[in-house]
Amino acid sequence: MKHTLSVLVENKPGVLTRIAGLFARRGFNIKSLAVGETEDPEVSRMTIVVDGDDRIIEQVTKQLNKLVDVIKLSDITHDEFVDRELVLIKVHCDASNRSEIIQIVDVFRARIVDMGRNSMIIEATGDSGKIDAIETSLRPFGIRELVRTGKIAMVRGPKTRNGEA
Amino acid sequence: MGITAAQALVKGLEEENVTKVFGYPGGAVLPIYDALIDSDIQHVLVRHEQGAVHMANGYARISGQPGVCIATSGPGATNLVTGIATAYMDSVPVVIITGQVATSMVGTDAFQEVDITGITLPITKHNYLVKRAKDIPRIIKEAFYIARTGRPGPVLIDIPKDVAASTIEYQPVEKVELRGYKPNYKGHPQQIERAVRLINKSKKPVIYVGGGVINSGATEELYELAWKAQMPVTTTLMGLGSFPEDDRLSLHMLGLHGAPYANYAVTNADLLIGLGVRFDDRVTGAIEKFAPQAKIIHIDIDPAEIGKNVVVDVPIVGDLKLVLRDLIEKLEPQEHLEWLEQIEQWKQEHPLQYGNGDRLRPQYVIEKLGELTNHRAVVTADVGQHQMWAAQFYKFTRPRSFLTSGGLGTMGYGFPAAIGAQIADPDALVVTVTGDGSFQMAMQEMGTAVEQNLPIKVLLFNNNSLALVRQLQHFYCDKRYTAVSFTGNPDFAKFAECYGAVGLKIETRDQVEPVLKEALNNGRLTIIEVSISEEELVLPMVPNARGLDEMVQFPFGEEDQCE
Ligand SMILES: Cc1ncc(C[n+]2csc(CCOP(=O)(O)OP(=O)(O)O)c2C)c(N)n1
Repeated sequence: MKHTLSVLVENKPGVLTRIAGLFARRGFNIKSLAVGETEDPEVSRMTIVVDGDDRIIEQVTKQLNKLVDVIKLSDITHDEFVDRELVLIKVHCDASNRSEIIQIVDVFRARIVDMGRNSMIIEATGDSGKIDAIETSLRPFGIRELVRTGKIAMVRGPKTRNGEA
Repeated sequence: MGITAAQALVKGLEEENVTKVFGYPGGAVLPIYDALIDSDIQHVLVRHEQGAVHMANGYARISGQPGVCIATSGPGATNLVTGIATAYMDSVPVVIITGQVATSMVGTDAFQEVDITGITLPITKHNYLVKRAKDIPRIIKEAFYIARTGRPGPVLIDIPKDVAASTIEYQPVEKVELRGYKPNYKGHPQQIERAVRLINKSKKPVIYVGGGVINSGATEELYELAWKAQMPVTTTLMGLGSFPEDDRLSLHMLGLHGAPYANYAVTNADLLIGLGVRFDDRVTGAIEKFAPQAKIIHIDIDPAEIGKNVVVDVPIVGDLKLVLRDLIEKLEPQEHLEWLEQIEQWKQEHPLQYGNGDRLRPQYVIEKLGELTNHRAVVTADVGQHQMWAAQFYKFTRPRSFLTSGGLGTMGYGFPAAIGAQIADPDALVVTVTGDGSFQMAMQEMGTAVEQNLPIKVLLFNNNSLALVRQLQHFYCDKRYTAVSFTGNPDFAKFAECYGAVGLKIETRDQVEPVLKEALNNGRLTIIEVSISEEELVLPMVPNARGLDEMVQFPFGEEDQCE
């Protein structure tokens, strides 16, 4: 099963290597990883989606917690959280199907950010389900290139990263 | 007052009460060596950097304080790698200081540049590449704190040459502040209650002890726990010495080459109490056949060890010394007469033994060594058959008296570890049990031992063979022996003599006692070369993919040998 881990780490060089290396070395399977600074510039947040059974997830979290640079780790899979992902899709198009694509873009509240003679780039944000859906809808037209940021997530409600309300 | 960062480093070491460092110089560590001149810290010059880190390891395991070693950038740093991994696998607190090329050159494939923090990422507890000189005092403080607290381990500090040479305002660091590192020492009271209930219910308990008990200094608590509820105790290779092997409750070592009765006891136990262990494959054999009827209580300082290899009924994260105190207090005194009787019977029927005859048997030599040293010497062992014989037959009676590379199985560990041990405890009687293969991976350190005037005894079992591998080929490759014979070995006794040390030989059974006595009492660095057959076997042995109770045991064939 897929788990979403929200990990606060020291914002220092080499931290990403430590975490990525740990996953590779122990054979854990990262589905996606997104990282960026938080409101505190000394702290970064990583949102890691990892696949595995309960034993594996338990090991992943324990091993991550052992890293000195990992400040706090929460498995938010079973919490109420908002998650978003950004995708850019370069899709093949021509005069005959352009309007059909534009319709799909509208349905998903996505945006066209570049338009060429034979292709356009579409930008969409949403949870992973929505991103998967737009990808599926555009596939028949021929996807030439696709890039996803990986998921970022935040727990709903007043709780903050320090557990304070 | 401004001082160089290298001087600040040395000051930091002094503040951590470091009195000895093991190292080997080079261009990138010039400023650090220069700063050491003006310190009371004694530098032990080694012959190979791997020796330095093994010595720091031996020093740490004897003293209980972090060992420190220094090497230059590039090849100096890479020569440390095996030793760092060895310390990591055995949870030994070692602080490693490496020089690095100047900051402006980092990342350019400069002369003697290697990314040692990258290389050692998976084999250090933590590591640092120092970019700002003013961080040195804090980093030193953190490194020692991380190395020795929680589950101990090696911490590496890589210092570019220009950083070491630059001037800073020295400010001692009072407190370590690490948001992401807070070891848990106190066991959860509810889990301790649950453990007590399981122990009270158990009819056939076994305590299974690893190196964690020694690291935590909890051997007295272990003894008290064992006797309060009359529970037999078996140890891993790393746990040897934590429980006196001359005690009635001792089951000696378990696992791949463990005592038959230890393996039977674990297989038949209804409760297994794992203390500072990690359910390693050399201990468990086929994991699905390991302690199949037992409930498991697992107590360890490292939460990641709990539930890693086996499913645990009662997990307790904490420092063993504290947790065992709580446990003992809550526990009712108990007897397990029937169970102990059963174990006594196994001990009678399946003792740790070896075939007899007039031949010079290595196991006999180890037994004699045990007797003559009253089972109280510091023994370091390398890796091979000799290591297993030392573990099986010496009979350890005190903690921090057996040092070997348990987790990584590093040949070439024993002799430098003995040097570190002897430097940590100059009055101790230190004996290295080694083989011709292993010793030749570290014998250049004879020069270090001579320079430091260390009266170490090297008991070298010479079978002109890598005989533990030969034994594997015997069992698993249908006796197709390959790449396990040495035909170019030196005369090791003469080798000792050419260093001005003492060289002795044992070739027959009746020489064992007099020659050992002579060596143990001469007060000098001594190699005792014992000629043995390459056909000896380490038994018992649990074959691959078998359960612990499916050991191959003596007597084994006519001569108890492989041909
Ligand atoms: C550095 C290293 N290389 C290879 C091995 C594999 N290995 C394990 S035991 C052994 C043979 C050891 O020979 P020796 O030290 O003579 O001991 P013996 O088994 O003969 O007593 C070898 C090669 C190892 N453990 N460590």
